[in-house]
Amino acid sequence: MARTEFNIELCKGCGLCVSVCPQKIIALRKDILNSKGFHPSGVEDMDRCTGCTICATICPDCVITVYR
Amino acid sequence: MSNRVLMKGNEVIAEAAVRAGCRHYFGYPITPQTEVMHYMATRMAEVNGTMLQAESEVAAINMVYGAAAAGARVMTTSSSPGISLKQEGISYIAGAELPAVVVNVVRSGPGLGGILPAQGDYFQATKGGGHGDYRNIVLAPASIQELYELTVEAFNLSDRYRMLTMILGDGALGQMMEPVEFRDVEPIENVAKPWALTGRKGRSEHNTVTSIYIEADVMEAFNNKLQAKYAKVTENEIRVECVDCEEPEIILTAFGLVSRICRNVMQLAAKEGIKVGLIRPITLWPFPSQTYAEIAAKPSVKAFLDLELNCGQMVEDVRLAVNGAKPVHFHGRTGGNLPTQHEILEHIRTLAGRNA
Amino acid sequence: MKPVFTRTTGLTDKPFHYCPGCTHGIIHRLIAEVMVEMNILDTTIGVSPVGCTYNNYEYFACDMIQAAHGRAPAVGTAIKRVHPENMVFTYQGDGDLAAIGAAEIVHAAARGEKISTFFVNNAVYGMTSGQMAPTTLIGQVTTTSPFGRRPEFEGYPINVSEMIATLRGAVYVERVAVNDFSHITKAKKAIKKAFRVQQEGLGFSMVEILSTCPTNWGKDPVASLRWMEDAMFKQYPLGIYRGQDLEV
Repeated sequence: MARTEFNIELCKGCGLCVSVCPQKIIALRKDILNSKGFHPSGVEDMDRCTGCTICATICPDCVITVYR
Repeated sequence: MSNRVLMKGNEVIAEAAVRAGCRHYFGYPITPQTEVMHYMATRMAEVNGTMLQAESEVAAINMVYGAAAAGARVMTTSSSPGISLKQEGISYIAGAELPAVVVNVVRSGPGLGGILPAQGDYFQATKGGGHGDYRNIVLAPASIQELYELTVEAFNLSDRYRMLTMILGDGALGQMMEPVEFRDVEPIENVAKPWALTGRKGRSEHNTVTSIYIEADVMEAFNNKLQAKYAKVTENEIRVECVDCEEPEIILTAFGLVSRICRNVMQLAAKEGIKVGLIRPITLWPFPSQTYAEIAAKPSVKAFLDLELNCGQMVEDVRLAVNGAKPVHFHGRTGGNLPTQHEILEHIRTLAGRNA
Repeated sequence: MKPVFTRTTGLTDKPFHYCPGCTHGIIHRLIAEVMVEMNILDTTIGVSPVGCTYNNYEYFACDMIQAAHGRAPAVGTAIKRVHPENMVFTYQGDGDLAAIGAAEIVHAAARGEKISTFFVNNAVYGMTSGQMAPTTLIGQVTTTSPFGRRPEFEGYPINVSEMIATLRGAVYVERVAVNDFSHITKAKKAIKKAFRVQQEGLGFSMVEILSTCPTNWGKDPVASLRWMEDAMFKQYPLGIYRGQDLEV
């Protein structure tokens, strides 16, 4: 059981988290824009999240909180 | 036991700073002020302070910036080319509103110039020197005794206004020996520094020291705040000495060393029946403009004669202050040369119409 | 479920202003996390440089000061002399530290000042829009080396860690990178070690951190990480350059 939360207002859509997720479950959400004008990232299939924290570790903007 | 001793100017600067509570000194060797460092090297060890020989004047002034931000009473000393190197740091100190004391034992210039006494850094000291709209308090001592007293006072002024105070001396003042009488207890003002960097130590907010204000309105508001402070300093801190200015014919004006030659000339002129007064600004900034205006208005005054060891710098401020009320003449020497009493007297005779 | 990764209290709430994918943000977080883990947030004073991170005094929750370009080691030196019981760090980029501030960093290290320097090397001037830095690679195109850096005209890159490691006052010097999870973990350990060296009063410590500048490299953030690995790692090998046997 694990969960990640994205503070989408802080996200700049850089995609580093997308590139490092071992489960390949993170994607930029093309359906929304945050107030900075970026497509923020998010998890598509939370059930597959292992809470490994790799995404949060590479995030340059402290967007991601991980629960396990 | 008497506190009266014979001491060299540069050593007095150092001793006065220690007495004023300065425990951090950062310097770099340059003639004719290096004795300050020599003295500090042993004196600071005695009082558990820091004398650090920096890698450059640039590093030294940035160390002053750091120590001042950390809440310490701090000083650096140098001479003209070194003070030029410090200008960026001085501007930052003004921009961050930090208290610090800088002493310029002026030598002749421009360029590497010479090591003999001069006053060619008046513009640099009083008109900014570095970039931006800022002022330093500038003190001009004329004797070793006054050098001591003004050095102590410089620390108080700096803390009181969160400003840099510069002492504008010259090579002669730094190198010569005179009797100086030290006080038993120095008049040290203890100003609280809640803005200083100490580590948060339980403070809920972190302290930050900076001089950058990216937004136009914030930058302008800060500049307005500085100007308001400078106006307060101008209102409260002008110091000037007037000698025989009751009903003079000719007014001599000079700061620092040259004012001492003027005093002798005044006696010579008196013997010839020429009444000569002297205005000696002690604060070069804020400048005692009002004093000049009041004396210029006296009917007895025929002319002003401004004497400096440069090609005419303070004379611009004198002319602004006199504002055309009376003619302002200039007599300058450079390169380390001093005007002789005779040549000044000749100039006075001409102005007074007595050399026919 | 319990939170296993949260925003550190070593940072203020202010969002970073850096470009998307710029790894300054990772480095900030690591320093902040280390301050919290070592319980030194209340005693640390940091020095911000001139460059993209000029205002990181707004991000670190400890006391902070902004220094003139290149002068952070001089400013840090004085703060440490005034408050020897406090921790002092400087945060500097390659233009700040290796060009205009080359003298200050060398002499702070030579004096063995008990401060820690975090030197961020991204091989380019960022803030002023991509000029050649002392650390720019041979052949690297920048706005002031449009034909690629040519040794005959623009000289060679400076390997700062190797240079500082020659000084006796520098007791710990390591080069790390923030290109992936394991390197970021190592970088954090190095930052902690630098602070420990300072805490124990051993002398000067410096961690050089290879970082990206997607905007001025003209690459997307992920490609920038790969370029760091492919190009920068060759010129700037990772590893401990001084203090291999230090146990702190």
